[in-house]
Amino acid sequence: MRREQRALGAVPKALWAVLAVALAAQVAWQARELPRAPAASELPPPPSVHGLRLASFGEPEAVARLVALYVQSFDLGGTNSLPYQKLDYGRLVAWLRRILELDPRSQYPLFLAARVYAENPDPVRARLALDFVYQQFLIDPNRRWPWLAHAALTAKHQLADLPLARRYASAVQRYATAADVPLWAKQMELFILEDMNELDAARIMLGGMLESGMVQDPAELRFLRQRLQELEARIGAAK
Amino acid sequence: MLAANLARLVLIEARRGALPWLAGASLLFGLCIAAFLSQVALTESRALQLTIVAAVLRACAVFLVAAHVSNSVLREINDKGLELMLSLPLTRGAQYLGRLAGFAICAAALAVLFALPLLFWARPAAVALWALSLALETALIAAATLFFAMSLAQLVPAIAAIAGLYLLARSMASIQAIANGPLAEPSAVHDVARWAVEGVGLLLPSLDMVTRTEWLLYGPPDAQHYLAGLAGLGIYGALVTAAGMFDFQRSNF
Repeated sequence: MRREQRALGAVPKALWAVLAVALAAQVAWQARELPRAPAASELPPPPSVHGLRLASFGEPEAVARLVALYVQSFDLGGTNSLPYQKLDYGRLVAWLRRILELDPRSQYPLFLAARVYAENPDPVRARLALDFVYQQFLIDPNRRWPWLAHAALTAKHQLADLPLARRYASAVQRYATAADVPLWAKQMELFILEDMNELDAARIMLGGMLESGMVQDPAELRFLRQRLQELEARIGAAK
Repeated sequence: MLAANLARLVLIEARRGALPWLAGASLLFGLCIAAFLSQVALTESRALQLTIVAAVLRACAVFLVAAHVSNSVLREINDKGLELMLSLPLTRGAQYLGRLAGFAICAAALAVLFALPLLFWARPAAVALWALSLALETALIAAATLFFAMSLAQLVPAIAAIAGLYLLARSMASIQAIANGPLAEPSAVHDVARWAVEGVGLLLPSLDMVTRTEWLLYGPPDAQHYLAGLAGLGIYGALVTAAGMFDFQRSNF
């Protein structure tokens, strides 16, 4: 591997100078003021899923995550003080959908939609992100229910939209049927009904859950029965 | 026996050359880029590291094997070492297969080395299946590169040919999906293009079906699909080996 080399002194001095000047020029060129990151509204339309698959050369899972990083970091380097506030959410949702089409089992785009983009103070944009989570939940409920459960909480606490929160919670209760879906997720609708003062509906739902036998844990059974009694007492007091 | 000696010579050349250093540099590069990207990930950071390392190391393994085989073969041709070998009492077929065996063992060793870091993130069974698949994939690349290097006898055309074959084989399923998509206007030109794509697809291995990152992420594949993928590699390996031996028998050096 080793080649015989002449001493450094054999190199002409002019060539040393040329090398030094070229190196300095390269460093100076790269160190110049670079243009700032693009504005948030300039998120381009996403490529087609076929185009992305073609560009992935058979590695859709890796490309899905790289695209997620690209979308996530798109607005972080911008000049706006509130990241993502000005982003075109129509395009953003299309990008997130592309990522899921590349790797349907990835949780990354749903995490971004539910935990990052839905927390936008603009309610219109937040609703677009939440609706994306809802639509994608319906495709694979048993894998994606945690994100819709979070979306229900966002709708309740951030948007103060209890009917929307109930819709999401109801979807979790109805479609997420896997054995590993915890009871608290299936009970979300119940608590939202209580918040909406829909006490009769909450009582019927809770009674149905207890009668159906879906609750097996003795501690949970005790808690839910106590909850039912409290509900009935509140309904009685209201009448 | 002489053919086995030839394989041993190929392995000694690989060990004494730059290949081990390049393999180490590839490992370092894959791990560094995964560590960097995982710093900016908000979730699934382990999955991100795994997918990036697996994809980078797969590409590096294929490139290193192709570059090493083509460089080794063409150096032997240019230094007249091949002519010397042909003067030995050994059939051309045995010479070709001996070289191929050496390159295939070298490729398999590289695949095993590149699979080891994946044990940090994925289950051993999935990594073992991935490594076996990569070993066969890189052995196929070695066979195809040997064929191109022997027949084209020039470095750049040989590497360009194997790069084209590999990238086309990895993308063929996507190209066929585009060609058969519902958005294309039905016309004679489109039909001809579609048939051409299907025809090219018949002459390529299904590299998109093997060494899949999803095995590492979501668990091993079912046995039927896995074995079908490996069988496809074996069939294509036999084809390029036969083509290479056919060309080698006819060549004058």
